[in-house]
Amino acid sequence: MHIHFLDPYKPRPSLVHEFDPRIKFVLTVAFILTTALTPPAAWPVYILLLAVVLAVAMLSELGLPYVLKRSLIAIPFVLAALPIIFTMEGPTLLSFDLGPWTISLSQTGLERFISIALKSWISVQAAIILAASTPFPELLQAMRAVKIPRLLVAIFGLMWRYLFVLVDEALRLLRARSARSGKGDLTHSKSGGSVVWRARVAGGMAGSLLLRGIERSDRIYNAMLARGYDGEVRAIPLPAIRTNHWFVLFVGLLILVILLTLSYIIFA
Amino acid sequence: MFLTPQPMHIPDGFLSIMVDLLLWIAAIIAVGYSLKRVGQDIGERQVPLMGVLAAAIFAGQMLNFTVAGGTSGHLMGAAIATILVGPWAAILVMTSVVAVQALIFQDGGLLVLGANIFNMAVVGVAVSFVTYHAIRKLAGGRNWGIFVGGFIAGWLSVEITALAVALELALSGTSPANIAIPAMGGIHALIGIGEGLITLGALAFLYASRPDLIKQGEERPNGGAAIWIVGILIAIGLAFVAPWASSHPDGLERVAEQYGFLETAQAPTYSILPDYIFPGISNEAAATVLAGVIGILLVFGAAAGVAYARRKRQISS
Repeated sequence: MHIHFLDPYKPRPSLVHEFDPRIKFVLTVAFILTTALTPPAAWPVYILLLAVVLAVAMLSELGLPYVLKRSLIAIPFVLAALPIIFTMEGPTLLSFDLGPWTISLSQTGLERFISIALKSWISVQAAIILAASTPFPELLQAMRAVKIPRLLVAIFGLMWRYLFVLVDEALRLLRARSARSGKGDLTHSKSGGSVVWRARVAGGMAGSLLLRGIERSDRIYNAMLARGYDGEVRAIPLPAIRTNHWFVLFVGLLILVILLTLSYIIFA
Repeated sequence: MFLTPQPMHIPDGFLSIMVDLLLWIAAIIAVGYSLKRVGQDIGERQVPLMGVLAAAIFAGQMLNFTVAGGTSGHLMGAAIATILVGPWAAILVMTSVVAVQALIFQDGGLLVLGANIFNMAVVGVAVSFVTYHAIRKLAGGRNWGIFVGGFIAGWLSVEITALAVALELALSGTSPANIAIPAMGGIHALIGIGEGLITLGALAFLYASRPDLIKQGEERPNGGAAIWIVGILIAIGLAFVAPWASSHPDGLERVAEQYGFLETAQAPTYSILPDYIFPGISNEAAATVLAGVIGILLVFGAAAGVAYARRKRQISS
């Protein structure tokens, strides 16, 4: 398939890459579910979950720097949880006056905030490993195997197939706009007109991108019909799941259940 | 990544399980019904159109224009998709965009995917549909209805989606309502103008080059009363509940507590083995140290395994 700078799949000769995509998909979702269900401030459980995800990242030979760098993507959202440090009820850690207000750091709020940030960091790493170690067509087959509707998976598949074509198209539009928007050194006037004018230009680009997409989809549909398309996108079926992969699935799920049970016993 | 960092895609860990579950159910019902409608009305002919349109909207989210001081306007795309292919197909298109963003680019979490689908695909499309078509009817078939309708649908879809996100975060106990709702609503009232302007520009372009596409979108089956009622309920409901919740944060918390939304955030309501302390792990500090040791062993084990596998490959090659 198409190799593109946006495609997160990184081929490596690793155990994780060779693993059955269906089991990888189910285990990843189960892992993220376990992380979400862990009560706040259950630090030992978070350490174990983090260790599991880091160990799998190493086994996948993707390189820890790659996984860690990509995992920063969720950071801006952490800001949304920041205010709970100050607004939660509970024992006060620290309080200071800021003009007319008294700001107090609550211990429960701080614990909750760190828990949310850690959970989201651990979960995003699991998702990164899944995406980087599994080619998307195999993920589509995994989705079919867990009974996600055929029509929806077919749309995902076609979207993926043409994603890179249309991203290239969008980049060409952006490059053309930069080329047209040159600014002379001598004139100090602002290039590009008013905000509304700039928005209209961007809107025209979006319109032409959508139009190119729609017209391309007509040609694609005709080409698909010519090749005998009848509503089902066919792929070479995945081989049957090997016994040791089933074993890993059961052990993995068992460990997650034990971890979750322990976290509730100790921290509930 | 240069993908738009809109604070719209909720990552994993930010929603309580109850809120997450409810939104999954709502998303599954909406997407399931859309699949049925699209399958009935237009069938497999639509698969390439929806797939490529989803790809185009994903790529279109990269198009931006500078507003002022380093901020820029972006496209979310729910409004333009609704106008072009009708509400049911638009729900599927936006679902694909959100799902691929989560699966491939980790833009939004996997477990909270249901919530993100609900916000961007269901709320975004329903609000766009109701707004656009109400204004079109008001214009009585005159052309200004297309452009005014497109602009307001774009703006309102972003604003209401943002309110939905803020409300969900507040219900989950992740962000206090009296801060999250005004902040998200305020920022997105501005971001929404960018969305509205780009939608308007795109409609102007399409109207000039392929007016038949805009007409086609209107003739698409629109499900009659059901989507109007649901759309109006979502739009009005969120527009009223959000300000109320932000001025009565305790009220929202009471509701959340009553229905158990906060249960995972606070102490769980049940305990599997009450009052039992794991033998040998008598306190939290000891458990943390033990977990740290096991964790380090696990990571070193993985590193050793990788080194061993590499050496074996080198010898054999």
